[in-house]
Amino acid sequence: MDIFLTPFAAIGAATLAILASIGRVVMYAAQTFMHIFRPPFYPRELAAQLLHIGYFSLPVVGLTAIFTGAALALQIYAGGARFNAEAVVPQIVAVGMVRELGPVLVGLMIAARVTSSIAAEIATMKVTEQLDALVTLSTHPMKYLTVPRVLAALIVVPMLVAVGDTIGIMGGYLVATGRLGFNEAAYLQNTYNFLEIMDVVSSLVKGAAFGVIAAMMGCYYGMQSERGAQGVGKATKTSVVAASVLILAANYILTEAFFSA
Amino acid sequence: MIEISNLHKSFGDNHVLAGIDLSMAKGESMVIIGGSGTGKSVLLKSVLGLITPDSGTILVNGKDATAGDRDAFLAQFGMLFQGGALFDSLSVWQNVAFRLMRGEQKLHKDKAREIAIEKLRRVGLKANVADRFPAELSGGMQKRVGLARAIAAEPDIIFFDEPTTGLDPIMSGVINELIREIVVEMGATAMTITHDMSSVRAIADKVAMIHDGIVQWTGPIDQLETSGNPYLDQFLNGRAEGPIEAVR
Repeated sequence: MDIFLTPFAAIGAATLAILASIGRVVMYAAQTFMHIFRPPFYPRELAAQLLHIGYFSLPVVGLTAIFTGAALALQIYAGGARFNAEAVVPQIVAVGMVRELGPVLVGLMIAARVTSSIAAEIATMKVTEQLDALVTLSTHPMKYLTVPRVLAALIVVPMLVAVGDTIGIMGGYLVATGRLGFNEAAYLQNTYNFLEIMDVVSSLVKGAAFGVIAAMMGCYYGMQSERGAQGVGKATKTSVVAASVLILAANYILTEAFFSA
Repeated sequence: MIEISNLHKSFGDNHVLAGIDLSMAKGESMVIIGGSGTGKSVLLKSVLGLITPDSGTILVNGKDATAGDRDAFLAQFGMLFQGGALFDSLSVWQNVAFRLMRGEQKLHKDKAREIAIEKLRRVGLKANVADRFPAELSGGMQKRVGLARAIAAEPDIIFFDEPTTGLDPIMSGVINELIREIVVEMGATAMTITHDMSSVRAIADKVAMIHDGIVQWTGPIDQLETSGNPYLDQFLNGRAEGPIEAVR
């Protein structure tokens, strides 16, 4: 009988573990949002994180966006040529970058650069008893570490997405006008005319959501870290994987919410 | 000052604390000894609320340590962590002045820095260390900075977790003397956990020996050698044979 039940028991145990894990993350997120509005506040920490998450992410965001926009223009031109629709390059690059590729790529870059760094830093602090030291110095680790990081990501990642969208469109513009023979003024006019306000709003809302996910996962897995170097490594890896998957899942849900017929 | 009664804590099947009873008077320096993994750190962290005990009571100044205002409770304590636990992202003086620049008694930055430098001098560090970062300091200097941070707000109770671990014998002696001097001059109540007998002899007024999750012996430092307790004798003499099982 056990032979028949064992696979179901394993599936049940895995399901319970996943649900418990989701529950812990949701509780952690709820506590973080409650602490955002309760003093004490740490403006100096927030300013440092705005700089770290925002300003220092600009190079990677810019490089990712410009190459993606350029490749997108080439693909749309080649694909469009199959049914004589090469002229749609400006419009599709604009919609593709602003609605999808801009926020998703910025989100994934932030997960790679910021989530990993937050998780490794906080996990190391846990392993070296710095989190315990914070508590003994009457400082709540969630208020001092998590809230400034999540708040900073909520504020700056939409700005990074706006920068990424713009640079991505410029990447497409450079390829289209430089290699594919598009007129400069007409390309920009077509881009401007085709984009709607909701495209931009959805892009920025996605950026805010992805920023919160990226920072939250870094803080959560950092604080859950186990002992030793292996614990820090595992926390870092898990945080990046969780942040990336959640960003892609949230992207689908937000796209449904904004654009479903 | 501190009354611990029937304290229990388990991690899975491992009963780390199995009914600890311990009391410390105000101004007393208690040193808790015992082998590695006998629950000394768990006991200390339970008093501070960093670990929640399964059962038992901890009273500090007659008040339940688990109830009431946490910030006010923790404000009575200073703690020197085993590895220093200095904040890497902050300079030395910011580490020392961490508590002084936060909370209801928050001081101006200049005043907090002045006090931090004074405390650094008290633990034998020069003012030019103040603007360096913890990673730039040696292990002994990090311990001193940790000690300066523990005493910065002049707490009533100071905890020392393995204060000499990782230090050479001379530096261990210096840190032990510093701890003793500071505890006496502040009139603070001190609890130290260690398995370094030189620390015990330098710091303790009273000693408690923990093994198998309970206090096997407690008494004044001058009765340490004559206790007749088999656990304590085996520990003091470093023998493999005795009631404490030594795995070879």
